[in-house]
Amino acid sequence: MDSALIPEGVKRCSFGKFVFWLVVFGAVLLWGIVAMLLCWFKGLNQTNMNDAYGFALWIWADLAIIAIGGGAFFTGLLRYIFGKEELKNIINFAVLLGFICYASALLILAIDIGQPLRGWFIFWHANVHSMLTEVAFCLSCYFAVLTIEYIPLILENRQIDKVPFFHNLSHNMHGIMAIFAATGAFLSFFHQGSLGGVAGVLFGRPFAFREGVFIWPWTFFLFTWSAAASGPCFTILVSWIIEKIARKKLIKQNVIMLLAKIAGWMLATYTIAKIIDTWYWATVTAPAAGHNFMDFYSNNPLYGIWILVLEIVICGVIPSIILITKTGRRYSFLLISAVFLGMLGACVNRWVMVLQVMAVPVLTFESWFMYFPSWQEIATTILPVAGGIMLIMISYRYLPIFPQEREIEEEKHASIFV
Amino acid sequence: MLPFSFEWVWDLDHMVFMGGLWYALTILGLGMTYCIIKAIVDTVKGKGSH
Amino acid sequence: MKEQHKHTKAKKYGMVIDLDKCTGCGACMAACMAENNVPFKKDESNKLDSITWMRVYKLTNGKKFPEADICYLPRPCMHCEGDHGHAPCVSVCPATATDYSHETGIVSQIYTRCFGCRYCMAACPYHARYFNWWDPVWPDGMEKYLSPNVSPRMRGVVEKCSFCFHRHQLAMNKAYTESRRELKEDEYQTSCTQACPAGAIIFGDLNNPDHAVTKIAKPDHKHGGRPINPNAFRLLERLGTNPKVYYLSSRRWVRRAGDNYIRDERGQGNH
Repeated sequence: MDSALIPEGVKRCSFGKFVFWLVVFGAVLLWGIVAMLLCWFKGLNQTNMNDAYGFALWIWADLAIIAIGGGAFFTGLLRYIFGKEELKNIINFAVLLGFICYASALLILAIDIGQPLRGWFIFWHANVHSMLTEVAFCLSCYFAVLTIEYIPLILENRQIDKVPFFHNLSHNMHGIMAIFAATGAFLSFFHQGSLGGVAGVLFGRPFAFREGVFIWPWTFFLFTWSAAASGPCFTILVSWIIEKIARKKLIKQNVIMLLAKIAGWMLATYTIAKIIDTWYWATVTAPAAGHNFMDFYSNNPLYGIWILVLEIVICGVIPSIILITKTGRRYSFLLISAVFLGMLGACVNRWVMVLQVMAVPVLTFESWFMYFPSWQEIATTILPVAGGIMLIMISYRYLPIFPQEREIEEEKHASIFV
Repeated sequence: MLPFSFEWVWDLDHMVFMGGLWYALTILGLGMTYCIIKAIVDTVKGKGSH
Repeated sequence: MKEQHKHTKAKKYGMVIDLDKCTGCGACMAACMAENNVPFKKDESNKLDSITWMRVYKLTNGKKFPEADICYLPRPCMHCEGDHGHAPCVSVCPATATDYSHETGIVSQIYTRCFGCRYCMAACPYHARYFNWWDPVWPDGMEKYLSPNVSPRMRGVVEKCSFCFHRHQLAMNKAYTESRRELKEDEYQTSCTQACPAGAIIFGDLNNPDHAVTKIAKPDHKHGGRPINPNAFRLLERLGTNPKVYYLSSRRWVRRAGDNYIRDERGQGNH
């Protein structure tokens, strides 16, 4: 039915099956939209946030999806600036994932603010000393970059490409993509960093506060670093999931291996830096504010030392070892487990730097604050996930996001023939 | 964001921050303008026709 | 913000609360709510979503009879000065909706500018900032009793104690009509100060050596406002927030409860 729109030389499922799954995820999307409208029209009393949890699930979701969406800027940086040519075969997909992640983050931020109609104040009345201002500016600008990077993909659709203007536009945009990618990397460095700065500058919160260089706390650099590590992990993980669903190889193994190796080294060096940071914070920064290290991990029902072990050892050290060794990368199970853990590590880190910061009592006569999100918060967090899956489905079906797919299929046929 | 808002101060902080922002926006704006204009010119010249 | 009142000496309004005198009656809380049009709900039992610019905490020394002891601690906004006005909440606000005044030392909140991101709440270790989770609904007829000097806040913005700044504005207006540029100590007092039946709250200019607050707390301005009075302390002083609310207590455990100390560390109260 829609075969004229599907890229040449590749096979896709039936139109009926495609629409069925669109409807399924569309229903989830609709559920999220209902929750979103409730929050917009009735206010944030629809959430389980409170005066102790001004930042909660949404801010975590924002930080986490931006971290794991970091694959787009980092892959772009490697491909266009450092000249890693092989990565041209995964860059389209990384851009698509980045586009989804950043669109999601902006949507969640728009729901998260108490006066959504005043959202533009953050730009117009910008306080240049606030990390959140830097986040808002760089995030919006980088979303524009991702849109610019995603447009040529849309224009490459079989039918759209037939229009000479669109064909030329796509060609020209590809021609200067390195400039856009460099701008994107510049913006990403600052917004990934300033998201780390959001927590790190809170000198009233000893669990979050970090010293640093000039105006930037150490978390500024750690967040950028971990995004550069977990972003490619997420890209590999999702591409693997799509390959499993499509029941075919879409990206050649050498491309995956290269990206996994780079992600592994980024993760390994990040983990070392994170261990040093944690050590310094636990022995110097926090005690200077009168806190024992274990104060942050005891006397509460959730946050035990396990979360630090999970973040640094299980989601840092272990995947690093797997990804930097050739043997580790070669075994599919180990590789996928490692990229999953690498991605999870960034999510746990963001959870800790948002939720645990709010939970830890600072006044001596207060106790731990616990929180569980309302269904409206959960639904609005799942909303962009459903939307993202739908966009991946549509893009995979109609756009050439995996440029090697046809070649792999032809090689497969040839080998069968031989 | 612009010098018209009352909290704008002509200090180093504003110049660095807003300078970075307008620098990035200018690159993006000029880049897209170039692509669109060149695409129009190319189309008029008959390039890209299948 | 840009404007400098060079013709008047900079003030640093602050508070001293004598915890030995505080009975925990809550008159300061009630006075504050009435004075500042603070909205309330039918059920205010959940203190995590109800607004109390001034909140009285109950502290216990955790010991059993006969050594058991309690202390009530009223907590307004600390109007932190931080390092040269770098209060924890002010520098983080992305929309410049909160500001540290170097003329008065008061941390303001501009309700019509706030867009409700709540970053300032995350930054404040005292939980002195409150979010309007609901639109304010006043019982029938109560609108007539609202103060015309304080604007009520709408849903979705953050609010907090302003040291009754409208009273400062009214007092300054009066002083200007009388061709004065300086206020007398009793001309500008917060509502909680006036409402406290025990006289536990004292308010004034910490830069003025004649004001009671300065005489009692004896802030050492060369050392970040640290009190010289051995019975005086500030909450979480070690974080570097440099608050302008001082507490007094003759009891060591109360003074020590004002800050965090690592195990076996000597600290406040050991003098």
